[in-house]
Parts: sequence; structure tokens; C-alpha cells
Amino acid sequence: MIVIEYLAYFLITLGAVFLFLGALGIFRMPDIYTRIQAGTKSSTLGAMSLVLGTGLLGFVSFTPGYPWLIKTIIIVIFVAIANPLSSHALARGAYKDKIAPFTKENIDAYQEVEKNIEEEMEDAK
Amino acid sequence: MMNSKISVISKLFFTWLIVFVLWLAFTTSIEIYEVLTGLFISFIISLFTFKSFTSRGLKGLSPIKLIYVIKYIFVFLIALVKANFHVAKIVLSPSLPINPGIVEFESKLDSDFAKMILANSITLTPGTLSVDVIGNRFYIHWLEVKDSDSEVAFNEIAKQFEDVLLKIYS
Amino acid sequence: MSYFFIIIISIIAVGAILAFVRFVKGPTAADRVVALDTISFMAIALMVFLGFVLERFIYIDVSLVYAVLGFVGVITIARYLEGGI
Repeated sequence: MIVIEYLAYFLITLGAVFLFLGALGIFRMPDIYTRIQAGTKSSTLGAMSLVLGTGLLGFVSFTPGYPWLIKTIIIVIFVAIANPLSSHALARGAYKDKIAPFTKENIDAYQEVEKNIEEEMEDAK
Repeated sequence: MMNSKISVISKLFFTWLIVFVLWLAFTTSIEIYEVLTGLFISFIISLFTFKSFTSRGLKGLSPIKLIYVIKYIFVFLIALVKANFHVAKIVLSPSLPINPGIVEFESKLDSDFAKMILANSITLTPGTLSVDVIGNRFYIHWLEVKDSDSEVAFNEIAKQFEDVLLKIYS
Repeated sequence: MSYFFIIIISIIAVGAILAFVRFVKGPTAADRVVALDTISFMAIALMVFLGFVLERFIYIDVSLVYAVLGFVGVITIARYLEGGI
């Protein structure tokens, strides 16, 4: 029991630190795509480990403890599936909104595909 | 004819099972009335949704595949923790050592669900973010481009996930 | 226990202020959405943690609903940026 409690404290601290680092990444990065990268990874692992740590802490602290663990595991699975999906949709939306990615060596394989799609749409009109 | 009938029943039971497990998890109680209500309501929901919920039915539940699913979860969690330390290292260094760009590669997967899982996993691994998937081609925003060649990009980014996913969806 | 709670909540509060600066400054609409998404995930995690500290189980259900609504909101704005709506 005491081992689970210390594991829960460790997970909660780790989650808070990663949530903070994700916000710092959003603050410092140069363009939208790098901001999405920093934000989505850190906020996913941060929220997952903070919520799971709280669930473990609730599991050992209250007498019917299992609902805490089951409900928090549902939230963890939902966050792990939904957060990458929404960031992927947002990155594609930003590209279709003509926000050019910040590059140093001009590597952009998606540019031609995007041009072809636009030409096809104009032909259809 | 016979084959399609069996697959309809197996799809229905698979959907019923998943929805009922979700009901149990949300109520967190095994009172007899709640379980009976859950069985009834999840059957009605699965009657309306089983056609678009699954395409394989009960075949997806074999124990060998379950072992590979657990292996995939471990591979994914290790990659997720690595990705976070990678982002932390970049964010905390004063000069922001990045060289971003968008690369492309082809994948051998053909199931839509497997492609969705692969794109999600790529988003959560170190320094990569999936921008678009068209057919079998993945377009990936990469934080530190080592080589714009698609073969190198595939081996660096997606190989470890695709090997396990090909065993699950074979 | 209470010191631990105060340390955790202040780390996350500083992060939320940083994300809020990006939300105000962000040159495009997508930047603002990313900042808002990060803030809403901080709110989800803190709501679960606050539910443990105040011993209220219902906070977990509230944070689950908030997670679903935030996901739907981000998807809607992404569709709008694509030109789908």
C-alpha cells in the first residue's frame, strides 16, 4: 500500500512538471506546427500521469476505492486516443489555411500534394 | 450467404460486448438491476450501430492477437516517455536546436483503423507529427530532419510500430 | 499533504499563464486553439486532482464531460480552418 502511495505521488509530480513544460514549449516555439508538437506530447503524458496518479491515490485512500481507479483509467484512455486525433486535425487545418511551416533547409513534401488537390477542386468548379 | 449471416451475428455480439463493458465501467456497480438495464440498453444501442462499429466481428479477439496488443501498448508507452524527455530537452535549451520539415513515406497497412492507430502513435513519438494521410502515403512534420529520403524516414519513424501492427492486422 | 497540493497547483498555474500569453499573442487562429487546448487539458487534470483533495467523486465525471466537449470543439475549429463548414 505504501509503495502504491509513493508511486502515485511520483506520477502526480511528473504530470505537473510535464504540463508546465508543454506550456513552455507552446510559449517558445517559432511556428504553429512546432507548437502543436510540443503542446500535444507534453499535455498528453502530463494529463495521463496526473490523472492516473490521482486514481491510485484515491484507490488506497477511500474505502470503496475501485471506482476511482476505473473512472480515471477511462479518462486516461480517452485522452490518449483523442488528443493526437485533434492535434492531427488541427495541423491539417492549419496547412489548408495556408500557414507555411517554418523550415531551415526548405524540406516540404506536402506542398505539391496540396497544390494538386487545389487544382482538382478548381477544375471541378 | 451463410458466411455473411454468421458475420452479422458475430459483429452484433462483438459490439454488444464492448458497449456492455463500457456500461459496467461507467456505472462501477454490479447491482442486479443495473446489470440487467445495462444488458438491455447496450443490446438496443448495438442493434443500431454494429454495421459501422466493426468490420471483423469476434475474430479480433483471439489470444495471440491480445499478446501483440499488450506488446504494442508497451512499445507505445516507452516511445511516449522518450518523446516527452526529447521535447523537454529542446524546450529547456536556450538556443532551440530544431531543423523542421515535412517528409513522406509509404506504409504497407491496408485497414483504416490500423492506419489511424499508426498516425496517432507517430504523433506521440519523439519529434514527429502526422499532417495528412492520403491512401497509403503518410505526410509527417519532423522536428529534426536527418534525411528527406522516404526510406530513411520510414525506418526512423514508423518501423517499430508497423512491425507489431502488421501482426495484429494480418 | 496540503503543501504537496499547493506546489502542484502552482506549477500548473505558472504553465497556464504561459499558455495564456500565447493565447493572447498568437498570430493565427490555430495558435490560439493550441494554447486553449493545452489550458483545457490542465483544467481536466486539476479537476480530477481537486476531486481527490475535496473528496468529491462527482468531479471525475465533470472532467470526463469537459474532455469530450474540448475534443469536439477543437475538431470543429479544425474543420472550419480547412474550409469544410
